[in-house]
Amino acid sequence: MTVESTAARTPRRSASTKSPAGKRTTAKKAPGTDPELVQLLTPEGKRVKNAEYDSYVAGITPDELRGLYRDMVLTRRFDAEATSLQRQGELGLWASLLGQEAAQIGSGRATREDDYVFPTYREHGVAWCRGVDPTNLLGMFRGVNHGGWDPNDNNFHLYTIVIGSQTLHATGYAMGVAKDGADSAVIAYFGDGASSQGDVAESFTFSAVYNAPVVFFCQNNQWAISEPTEKQTRVPLYQRAQGYGFPGVRVDGNDVLACLAVTKWALERARRGEGPTLVEAYTYRMGAHTTSDDPTKYRADEEREAWEAKDPILRLRRYLEASNHADEGFFAELETESEALGRRVREAVRAMPDPDHFAIFEHVYADGHALVDEERAQFAAYQASFADSEGEGV
Amino acid sequence: MAAETVTSKSMALAKAINESLRRALDSDPKVIIMGEDVGKLGGVFRVTDGLQKDFGESRVIDTPLAESGIVGTAIGLALRGYRPVVEIQFDGFVFPAYDQIVTQLAKMHARSLGKVKLPVVVRIPYGGGIGAVEHHSESPEALFAHVSGLKIVSPSNPSDAYWMMQQAIQSDDPVIFFEPKRRYWDKAEVNTEAIPGPLHKAQVVREGTDLTLVAYGPMVKLCQEVADAAAEEGRSLEVLDLRSVSPLDFDSIQTSVEKTRRLVVVHEAPVFFGSGAEIAARITERCFYHLEAPVLRVGGYHAPYPPARLEDEYLPGLDRVLDAVDRALAY
Repeated sequence: MTVESTAARTPRRSASTKSPAGKRTTAKKAPGTDPELVQLLTPEGKRVKNAEYDSYVAGITPDELRGLYRDMVLTRRFDAEATSLQRQGELGLWASLLGQEAAQIGSGRATREDDYVFPTYREHGVAWCRGVDPTNLLGMFRGVNHGGWDPNDNNFHLYTIVIGSQTLHATGYAMGVAKDGADSAVIAYFGDGASSQGDVAESFTFSAVYNAPVVFFCQNNQWAISEPTEKQTRVPLYQRAQGYGFPGVRVDGNDVLACLAVTKWALERARRGEGPTLVEAYTYRMGAHTTSDDPTKYRADEEREAWEAKDPILRLRRYLEASNHADEGFFAELETESEALGRRVREAVRAMPDPDHFAIFEHVYADGHALVDEERAQFAAYQASFADSEGEGV
Repeated sequence: MAAETVTSKSMALAKAINESLRRALDSDPKVIIMGEDVGKLGGVFRVTDGLQKDFGESRVIDTPLAESGIVGTAIGLALRGYRPVVEIQFDGFVFPAYDQIVTQLAKMHARSLGKVKLPVVVRIPYGGGIGAVEHHSESPEALFAHVSGLKIVSPSNPSDAYWMMQQAIQSDDPVIFFEPKRRYWDKAEVNTEAIPGPLHKAQVVREGTDLTLVAYGPMVKLCQEVADAAAEEGRSLEVLDLRSVSPLDFDSIQTSVEKTRRLVVVHEAPVFFGSGAEIAARITERCFYHLEAPVLRVGGYHAPYPPARLEDEYLPGLDRVLDAVDRALAY
């Protein structure tokens, strides 16, 4: 195991260099990059050509590029604020997306308003793209609810904590989209750890059999809490798609342009009725699994440092600067906006009230349930019993 | 009665469910059927017989053999606005789907603060008595009744099977619909234009004065036979068909027990932590001063469901229930 472990975590040329779709060919990449990793922007901020995917970002304007940069910066700022709020005791837990901004913003911005998103519990950047107020994401981490938004407001489902369950929901939803004859698509997020779950395998089977318009977007951030990806798989994850009969692509998950292009391609396949696609966004969880985790126990600092050089925000900044698409004024203004966002989030969380005690009994059933009614009444009577003693000044 | 016979016809319990599903498919384009072999074959018990032929493959869907996938995709379809009725082929095969049912299906309404409704019906043919192989004769209803967010029902006769399925499909809550497979072929009149009573209300199927027998699903018929046998010995037993395990109609049990002062609960599921335990605890609390005897339970043992040649010993039968009746009456 130890002999193989380092190698397995590095993107490698596999026995088959053909994509599962068969007809697509691998474009030439800049020297030193992996032939299977779709990359449009190098860590140094150089734009590299890609015959297959360039067309999906060909028309992108400087304004849109600055927009992607802004999305990533604000998402990172929000994420940092949430981490701080946990340290200050305002949140019980936080699952940071640090390092995964490009994967989430690129794929999130590829979705259309009528598409539907099924996230894990770490898709704060995708939520941002869908227009979910970031403060709404914090209720469950503060412990005031289990999900504080209406999924249908932004076609962004509630966070799912049980690993991989949502991939089946996404598949079923996509089957419904197909039944309705709609041309929208569905995207299911999951991670390298979830790829081992039976539900993920079953969602691949169902989506393939029914040709469901769903994109499986796997953020391979190299770590499932303390377990490296080689504890989940002996083949690059994107290759799993081949066994199910649909294409799989590995994209540089720290390259927002590549993530945008590849996800657009996959979503358009779905819209055209060509069925599911697996996108493996090869990225890195820069922080801990959650604020309760201690990554120093299981991984080396050198690994993190190597990935810092491939930072998703840094590389887009380099590109924006080199191509004169953004000036100092833009970056300064964004810094001000970031601080304002942090402040807004901080204030919103501190003002978030605890739920009413009777919320325990709310919404357990849509049509009610005699036992819930009975227990609510017992609870009310019990609570009321303290009112008497308080009145007596005990 | 004469007027009612116009809309009544005799049908087997399986056929009653089939007719009910047909009616639901006919009246609501959002209703879909999903499961293993439910299409061309019509299900291994033929409960969905002919439905795919008449409603097409997009509404009566043969699924891959993956129970978690069936329930998980049904949740997604419900999120899209569909009302899936899924079949788990046999009781013992539901466990791969248990995670989706417990962590997702049951909790979505609450965790979305009422924004998301999941009107999914999970049909499970359950119980023993048909001489089947392992994993084909189990009664796991208590494993689901323990979970808030789910409703658990089980009809005992064709008329209830027909109407309770209509009501389960119309429910905005997920319903686990336990079908007493050994009663699939029992025939009775079904009035398809009746006005059904509430889904979760128990029914007195036989009035008596000396002791109350509570059962649901396959055990209701047995309890009626027990009451017949006891009557020959001059004992008057009341038989209550619960119909619903969650919510459970404790009020109707209480009313009956306050009259008869003795209670025996009968189910095929193991007695230990079974629905009888919950009934005994709550009725003891509600009727403490009315009871002349402890609440007794008759059910399966704390052992794996046995090979078919032994199931008559494992399952509650006439003599074992009568024995419990005698013990309760002896107090």
